[in-house]
Amino acid sequence: MSWFKRIKQGVTTKSKEKKEIPEGLWYKCPECKNVMTSDEHAANYWVCSKCEFHDRIGSAEYFSLLFDEGSEEVAAGLTSGDPLTFVDTKAYTDRIRNTISKTGLEDAIRVGYGRMEGIPVVIACMDFAFIGGSMGSVVGEKFARGADKAIKENCAFICISKSGGARMMEAGFSLMQMAKTSAKLTQLADHQLPYISILTDPTTGGVTASFAMLGDLNIAEPKALIGFAGPRVVKETIGKDLPEGFQSAEFVLEKGFLDYIVNRKEMKKTVAQSLRMFLPEEHPEVREGEQS
Amino acid sequence: MNQTAMTTYLDFEAPIKELNEQIEKLRQSSEKTGVDMSKAIRDLEKAVRDKTREIYSSLDPWQRVQVSRHPERPYTLHYINTLTGGVWQELHGDRNVKDDKAMVGGFGVMNGRTVMFIGQQKGINTKMRQYRNFGMANPEGYRKALRLMKLAEKFNKPVVTFIDTPGAFPGLEAEERGQGEAIARNLFEMMKLRVPVICIIIGEGASGGALGIGIGDKVLMLENTWYSVISPESCSSILWRSWDQKITAANALKLTAEDMHRNKLVDGIIREPHGGAHAAPDEAAELVRKEILKHLDKLGAIEPEERIRQRIRKFCSMGVVVE
Ligand SMILES: [Zn+2]
Repeated sequence: MSWFKRIKQGVTTKSKEKKEIPEGLWYKCPECKNVMTSDEHAANYWVCSKCEFHDRIGSAEYFSLLFDEGSEEVAAGLTSGDPLTFVDTKAYTDRIRNTISKTGLEDAIRVGYGRMEGIPVVIACMDFAFIGGSMGSVVGEKFARGADKAIKENCAFICISKSGGARMMEAGFSLMQMAKTSAKLTQLADHQLPYISILTDPTTGGVTASFAMLGDLNIAEPKALIGFAGPRVVKETIGKDLPEGFQSAEFVLEKGFLDYIVNRKEMKKTVAQSLRMFLPEEHPEVREGEQS
Repeated sequence: MNQTAMTTYLDFEAPIKELNEQIEKLRQSSEKTGVDMSKAIRDLEKAVRDKTREIYSSLDPWQRVQVSRHPERPYTLHYINTLTGGVWQELHGDRNVKDDKAMVGGFGVMNGRTVMFIGQQKGINTKMRQYRNFGMANPEGYRKALRLMKLAEKFNKPVVTFIDTPGAFPGLEAEERGQGEAIARNLFEMMKLRVPVICIIIGEGASGGALGIGIGDKVLMLENTWYSVISPESCSSILWRSWDQKITAANALKLTAEDMHRNKLVDGIIREPHGGAHAAPDEAAELVRKEILKHLDKLGAIEPEERIRQRIRKFCSMGVVVE
């Protein structure tokens, strides 16, 4: 019955204590320049308390704010091969190795299985810190295994997208991950399991043109950049400045490609509510949620 | 003479160009002087054929990219017209926004059977290139393609797609109308089409814009085409921050038919006539016809559910990870 419980309790800091916090533990909002402690910022879901600016966060943060308690990691231990022995300004294998040691991540996606307001879910979440959240074979394979896990557990599948698009160093393999992830979603659909796509800042390129746009529900965080072509490319194509708010979540909602936008602070509650309405009425978790 | 004047030579075709110019000179002087030079001309013509064969038997990836973009290369409508002998009806529109001229399609009769042909179409001259938006479809192009595929499915006719695009159009209105969603929807729906689907890359296969009509039971590449996640030029500009590394990028991307086939990302390669498809467009279409008929026979013998299962399994097996 922990559906309303927060993972992280809000931390209140008295203003006079602020002085004693060492440098580096402060967060300054890039939008409104509001200053708060890093703890306050984290307790507020990494959202600016003044202007609601949603800072980019990774899979660890999303898991902590969406799963009730811990989660079981799915498809852990997969790392990128180098099928094309790709070398640009540096070798792909070196780039991967450096990124793994720098970020502590295996690749640009992680998958967890756990409960959200009591409802069993598989959540796949992308990490922008890993080569811009680019989609290579590992992203495709982990997404696929996440969908398989959802089918096995007969539960919903949620994917939080945050990606610059394709992993160029995997070229053709990267492109085919768009096909692979879409193929997996047909299997999930065959089992009539809900697939919720949550688009966060930024979601562009091949991820937008595959699994991110294929949700039973497409949901976004406020002001997230969402598009197929990046804004720079569109600007070059049309040869003039882009209109204010172009490719923002609000713009994409207005154009009809999102079901709703949700503030990160409300994400767990709102998505769980959507899921409860999707689930069959005799499903025990639905009752649990209603009664709570 | 007109023929020669029209021919576009790629930079690596310089030796062929030179030989053809010699032939032209001999013809002119023969005409002027009345001296019979037919033997010398025949020898030179043989030299042209040999040189062409030699050059085209060992093209590097960047050269193949250039051939794939050759202005005289046959485009989708050439293949449809040749394969059907003109017995086909173009069907227009996505029933929603407009008719996208960069994406064409319709039922046609090939060797006695009805096939739904769909493909990106590039323009054959400056005016038509604009009209066809350089083969870059908008969302309504992908939605038209899907509408036609569903029509084919309804009447149990196979689908053949011709892929030839420098990419999905990255314009403002394309974004407004959901370019990403349109392509994604096609990937999803094509996986489940109950009729046989054959996809053939006939020129450029650039990224999601190509894949948007590229989910098939058999995906085949013509010999001198490329298929990848990005063009060599854009790859160069992003990874090397300069346009000068396009040749290096073309090598690194492993985008040729041979590389893509070796990596099991496409199912087969269709040989082109000597000197490339543009040297003998009708012959190229006949080689394509042979492949389509062969695969349609095989695919037609499989139950729809099994065909879909195999299609999905094939795409799900693509990728290399270390476990
Ligand atoms: Zn702020």
